[in-house]
Order: sequence, then C-alpha cells, then structure tokens
Amino acid sequence: MPRKLRPWLLSAPALLLVLLFLGLPVLSTLATTFGDPKGPLAQYATFFNSRFRMTVLWRTMEVALITTAVSVVVGFITAWVVAQAPARMKSLLIIAAVFPLLTGVVVRSFAWLVILGKNGILNDFLLWIGVISEPLSMLYTKGSVIVAMIYLFVPLMILTLVGVLEGIPQDLTDAAASLGAKPGAAFRQVVLPLAVPGLIVGSVLVFTGSFTSYATPQLLGGEGQMMMGTFLYQRAMVTFDWVGASTIAAVMVVVTLTTVLIMSKIARRVNPMAG
Amino acid sequence: MKQRIHPLLIAFAVLVFFFLLGPLVIILGSAVSDTNYLTFPPQGLTLRWFTNIFEISAFVRTMKTSFLLAVGGTALSMAIGIPAAYALARFRFQLPAFLGNIYVLPILIPEIVLGFSLMKTVAIGADVPIMLALLLGHALIVLPYCVRVVGASLNSFDFSIEEAAVSLGCPRWKAFFTVVLPNVRAGIIAGFILAFITSLNDVSVSIFLTGPGVSTLPIQLLAHMEQFFDPTIASVSVLLMGVTVAVMAIVERTLGLTFLTK
Repeated sequence: MPRKLRPWLLSAPALLLVLLFLGLPVLSTLATTFGDPKGPLAQYATFFNSRFRMTVLWRTMEVALITTAVSVVVGFITAWVVAQAPARMKSLLIIAAVFPLLTGVVVRSFAWLVILGKNGILNDFLLWIGVISEPLSMLYTKGSVIVAMIYLFVPLMILTLVGVLEGIPQDLTDAAASLGAKPGAAFRQVVLPLAVPGLIVGSVLVFTGSFTSYATPQLLGGEGQMMMGTFLYQRAMVTFDWVGASTIAAVMVVVTLTTVLIMSKIARRVNPMAG
Repeated sequence: MKQRIHPLLIAFAVLVFFFLLGPLVIILGSAVSDTNYLTFPPQGLTLRWFTNIFEISAFVRTMKTSFLLAVGGTALSMAIGIPAAYALARFRFQLPAFLGNIYVLPILIPEIVLGFSLMKTVAIGADVPIMLALLLGHALIVLPYCVRVVGASLNSFDFSIEEAAVSLGCPRWKAFFTVVLPNVRAGIIAGFILAFITSLNDVSVSIFLTGPGVSTLPIQLLAHMEQFFDPTIASVSVLLMGVTVAVMAIVERTLGLTFLTK
C-alpha cells in the first residue's frame, strides 16, 4: 500500500461511517427546514412566532440551566471532598459516583417515578410523619423533571471535577500558604481559577445533556411539561410533521453547538495554565 | 492536593452520596417485594418478579436484541475505530488535526436529532432494514468511545517497538496484530465495555428505529412503564444494574476506574 495513502486508508471506514450516516442524514434534516415554498426561513418564522413552541424552548432552557447550576455547586463541593479523601476512601467514593453514571437513563428516571408518585415513597413517608394529610401530586411537574435531571448529571460533574482538582499540584497551595495566604484566600485565588476550565467543561456536558434529553422528560414530565426532545419525538412520530420536527432538531443543533463553541473559547481564554 | 476540610462540607458530601445511591437501593428493594405493586421498604421477600421477566416474551425478545446490538454495534465500531485511532496516533503529522474531531461528532450532535435523521434518511429514505439501521446508529454513538479510549492507550505506546519488528523483517500487518494490539489491550477492553454499556442503555437513537417488530430493552421498559407499574420493571432494572457492576469490574481490572476521572 502506498506510503502516503496509508493513514487515509486506515481512517476511511470510520470517516465514511460518520459522514454517510451522521453527516448526510443530519444535513438533510437541516436542509428540509429551508425548503418551505413561502420562503427559506418560513419554518423558523412559524417556530419563533408560535407561543407554544417558544414555551417549550424556554422551559427546556430553564430546566437545563437550573440543572447545570445545581450540578455545578453540588458537584464541586462533593468533588472537593472526594479529592481530599484518603486513597482507599477516594476509590470507594469514585465507584459510588461511577455506578449511577453507568446505569441507564431509563432505570434512573424510573427510580424517581417510584419515589415521587402519588402512592410513592416520598408521599408515604410524608403522610406517615404527618406533614401532609393528602398525597401531593409531584410527578409530571417541572420540579420532578429538574430533580431527576440533577440526579442524572451530578455524577458526571463529580467525576469531571475530581480529575481537575486532583491535577492541581499540591505545591501551588503549599506555596500560597507559605507566602501567608489563609486557606480561604488560597482557595479563592489559586484553586478556583485553576478549576474554572474543568467547571466549564462539566457545565457544557450537563447543559447540552439536559437540553437534549428525551427519556427523563418523557417519564417525569409527560405531555404537560414537554421539552425539546419529547417535542421533537411527538412531532416526528405522533403527528408525522417531519418538517416541523426538523425545525425543532435544527434549533437543538444550533443551541448545543453554539454553547459548545462559545464555552470552549472562554475555557481556553481563562485557563491560567495556558499562559 | 490535600487540605483539611470543614466538617459541614463532609456532611454535605455524605448527603450527596446518599442522594446518588438511595434511589438505586429503592429499586433493589422494590424488586424483591412480595406485593403486586411497587413499594419500599419491601414487604416480604420474593424472587418471583425476576422469574416473571422471563415469562413476558417482549422482555426476553428485546433483551436478546439489545445484547446482539450492543455486541455487534461495538464490534463494528471497534473494527473501524481502532485503525482510525492508530492512524491518528501513528501518523499525527500527516493527517489534518480536525480529523480527530470528526470522530466525536456523534457526541456533539444531539442524539435525538441523530435518531430522527437516521430514521428519516436511512431507514425510510434509503429503505435500509430496521435492524441494520439500528446497528449503524449504535456503531455511530459508540465510535467516540472506541476512538478516544483506544487512542489514549495508543498515545502512550512507543511506536519504535513496532518499527523494530518491521525492520527485523516482520510484515506491517503482522507487526500491528502481534506488537501493537497486545500492547493496547487494556484500552481496547475498557473501550469495548464502555461502548457496550452505552449502546445497551441507549434510548434517544433507538426510539426512532424501533417499532412493533424490532425493539430494544430500554424502549420496551419505557413502553411497559406506561401501562403497568408492577415490580417486574424494578427487577429488570436490577438485572441492568448487575450488568453495570460487571462493566465496572472489567474497567477496574483493565484501565482502573480512575481512568474515568481523566
């Protein structure tokens, strides 16, 4: 095999799979949205002028942003504790975070169906201790979707940040301390800036993951709390409005890609290690 | 980096882990409850919900499909992903840098958009049989794992060993199989197993490519949940958690679980 071609021949099958079965289909989906006889942007005009569609978009944004914010705070504190733990304890804690992460989305969402249901465990418990006298309807609300989403993404955040925090050399905090910095100041001025790129990576993963999720809003939100993922599915497979579904898909692609691009630019700029 | 941490922070972390594992314990408990409805703590102990799984033909059928799909999709993805990762590591300066980004597109593009597009263009547009479309979809979503995890192993491989074999007269293809591959075995096993579990748990791509004829276990579970609310779902979930435990044990043996924090 000719020398020059070898790297390309080895890469060709994987490239073909991605280009033929991801590139082509996704581009065709995006192209469909511009094919309206009333003008290339007619579908988008419909989308952005429809009160219902915008409600779904904003709801999805809101759920994704709240999930990201809570996951950042919870994940950072937990990762901080995990990173300081003694070696044996640390590996146990990492196992405890990996286990839910590798358990499927359906199983993890189902758990919240059992907990938050009308005859669920939380209602049983609240009735039993006498806080409430009637079971609460907690399922199929925005809150139930957000709780399940946070549950879904906190492990991802913990694992991302443990890696980042462990990578911060001990010398730096030692140096800060020997130069007279109090632990709080050393944390704010040394650890936090170094953790920012990791926080950004984690936030992007959580935001795009929750923005595009399907199973969790389907199970815990239902028809009343439709999000972009469930809305896309409903348009495509229930009402068979493929052009409408493609427009939803295009909006999802634009939102996730812009988030990834902007945030990775910011991450590169604020990285103190990149000097 | 070791520092003393405030006891309140430790208490907070304990609560977080309670929050992470509690729901899974609840599933475990309600799967062995001797009641016809889901409840926790379990009332009585029984394994009948586990035997019940195998009496529901849809679960048995989709379990087989899911398993075949996860093995087949991952194998296909590895077969094309390993050469691609090898080319990226070995010929770093002869290939454009953006090539590595193409293989992670399946993570960048929302899975639900990929599933919808595959259904529209490939399964219906090109009339590709549904099982083949599913296989291609699953191979796609696991490709980033195959290329990245194997690539990580290849990046720390010293290619001069391979050159030594070749200069001693070993044919290139043989050097690849007898020198390179055994050295990155850990990466291949870990990548395979992570890809396998990703495929096994997939919902967003499969949901568009399944129907009355062909379905996967997670999709069947979703459908079952909408109609019934008995402990069978919990027992299937426990089986799936068992697979997770096996996966974690294998990753721990090969690359070590700390690999996942990198």
